[in-house]
Amino acid sequence: MAKARRRYRINEIRTSTNLLINLLFTVVSIVCIAPVILVAAISVSSEKSIREFGYQFIPREFSTDAYDYILRAGDAIWRAYGISIFVTIVGTILSLFVITLYAYPLSRSAFKYRYQFSFFAFFTMIFGGGLVPWYIVYTQLIPIKNSIWIMIVPYLMNTWYMMIMRTFYKTTVPESIIESARIDGAGEFRTYFTIVLPLCKAGLATVGLFCTLNYWNDFYLPMVFVTNAKNYNMQYLMYETLIAVQNLLNSSNQISHMSEILANLPSESLRMAIAVLSIGPIVLAYPFFQKYFVKGLTIGAVKG
Amino acid sequence: MDLVVSSSASTKRIKKKGFMYQLRHHWPLFLMLMPGAIMLIINNYIPMFGVVIAFKRYRFHGTFWKSLVKSEWVGFKNFEFFMKTPYAWQMTRNTLLYNFTFIILGLIIPVACAIMLTEIRNKRLSKVYQSVVFLPYFLSWIVVSYLAYSMLAIENGFINKSILAPLGVAPVEWYSEPKYWPFILVFFQLWKYTGYNIVVYLAAITSIDPEYYEAASIDGATKWQQIWHITIPLLQTLMIILTLLAVGRIFNADFGLFYNVPRNSGALQPATQVIDTYVYSALRNTNDIGMASAAGTYQAVVGCITVFTANLIVRKIDKESALF
Repeated sequence: MAKARRRYRINEIRTSTNLLINLLFTVVSIVCIAPVILVAAISVSSEKSIREFGYQFIPREFSTDAYDYILRAGDAIWRAYGISIFVTIVGTILSLFVITLYAYPLSRSAFKYRYQFSFFAFFTMIFGGGLVPWYIVYTQLIPIKNSIWIMIVPYLMNTWYMMIMRTFYKTTVPESIIESARIDGAGEFRTYFTIVLPLCKAGLATVGLFCTLNYWNDFYLPMVFVTNAKNYNMQYLMYETLIAVQNLLNSSNQISHMSEILANLPSESLRMAIAVLSIGPIVLAYPFFQKYFVKGLTIGAVKG
Repeated sequence: MDLVVSSSASTKRIKKKGFMYQLRHHWPLFLMLMPGAIMLIINNYIPMFGVVIAFKRYRFHGTFWKSLVKSEWVGFKNFEFFMKTPYAWQMTRNTLLYNFTFIILGLIIPVACAIMLTEIRNKRLSKVYQSVVFLPYFLSWIVVSYLAYSMLAIENGFINKSILAPLGVAPVEWYSEPKYWPFILVFFQLWKYTGYNIVVYLAAITSIDPEYYEAASIDGATKWQQIWHITIPLLQTLMIILTLLAVGRIFNADFGLFYNVPRNSGALQPATQVIDTYVYSALRNTNDIGMASAAGTYQAVVGCITVFTANLIVRKIDKESALF
């Protein structure tokens, strides 16, 4: 009987160990996901029930007040959402362009200066001037502080992603293909755009998703550079809102009946509703993210 | 005659290797490097020259370069002022201790978890766990600060209201008691990054040839022996590289974790102030460029020395694992 139940193959762990590991990871998984569920639950709880019972995993009294408010009077939130979307899309396209173009010559063994240019990029990971000179460059040398571009430009080049892309080129495009294209008379650019890039779609997707996440989740650039409430992105608006819900109204156009709005603000659930809105796109795109991140990390970890 | 020909051929060969020759024949490749190179110069190399700001009393004189040159030299005055503040020691200690903890735990826990995940018999469940623990990595520190707030808020927070109150324990003022924060910060750092590190190590483990394990188990090796004598040694290079990268950044703290998760609470500063948050506050909140640049330069220089030292040590032990 005991023998019949031992269905596992050779070199597998014991049933008790297996159970223990499963139990451990069930707990870990709950710890990982519970806070997110709590925030979502608060966003659909009524203000009254929050004041009475505190934050609960299962709403005591269901209410969509927070979302109604966002739909009705959340112009500041929609504005920040729009800015986040713009910055993410434009930023990702531009930085993909910069990163993939920089990585390509470094992957070519025919290019003599590849080590020099690799080091030129790599050195920035070792030494930096610090926050102050960086801040002064973007306020005085290239005065784009407070514009929407300040949330895009500083992240255009990323050495880490560039190195991952270089590995992608090296492993997926054989040098012989490039050479035969050159012999057939295709120029460098033509070879690159019609032969190399189509072969590296997975690499483009991986680095593109890295960039997307980077831009969508960024709060540091607006925190350092943006003081104009009209140009807050979603993350920075959330930061301000966590300090005090009233800050949400700084960039709102409805200043005329401010006190009335403040009195009726479902402040507790509203905050969390904004958080849910900002997590939303990431959770929806999560299967994509996961697939390509694992691919990128595998390349970075094993071959890089 | 022969001699002349051969010498002209050899000069031609030398010329072929020259920079101008390369530029003429590979100009499209140089052109491709341009956008990235320009961004690196603006974003990284010009600020490196800006390190001199720390040795000056920086005043704005119309343009960036003019201000950089014209501002008055003050030598090490900024550093003297900075080192005299009680914060200098506090933030250095915090930065180093936290990062040290993160390095140790960020090595042991993910490797252990990755090994356990590969051993789980139900592969589909293993994939599910992997997906769930990877999720926190995709949330920004601002979102994490919301999650922390929902747990720790004084009045309505889940811990105070739903766990401590039913037990009859008085509510804890989480955002004004520094003694809890070392644990809270370490918890959230692990919460956000463990999944990511697990995925990295899992990738390395799955690339190990299964024949090693088959051979070992035929020879009668137990699971423990296989882990100690096959898995760990094969992960060693990756472990060293990732640890080395982290050691090199030991003077750089994760700004979002230390600034946003404690909601920049002044009362928590003894436990949460790190170099990065100090530099940010000095620049943005008190607008003290002297202090901010002194602290920033101190961080950059000491950090750079650490990377080189760490790399040198690894080079001595195992040349293959060194970064450069």
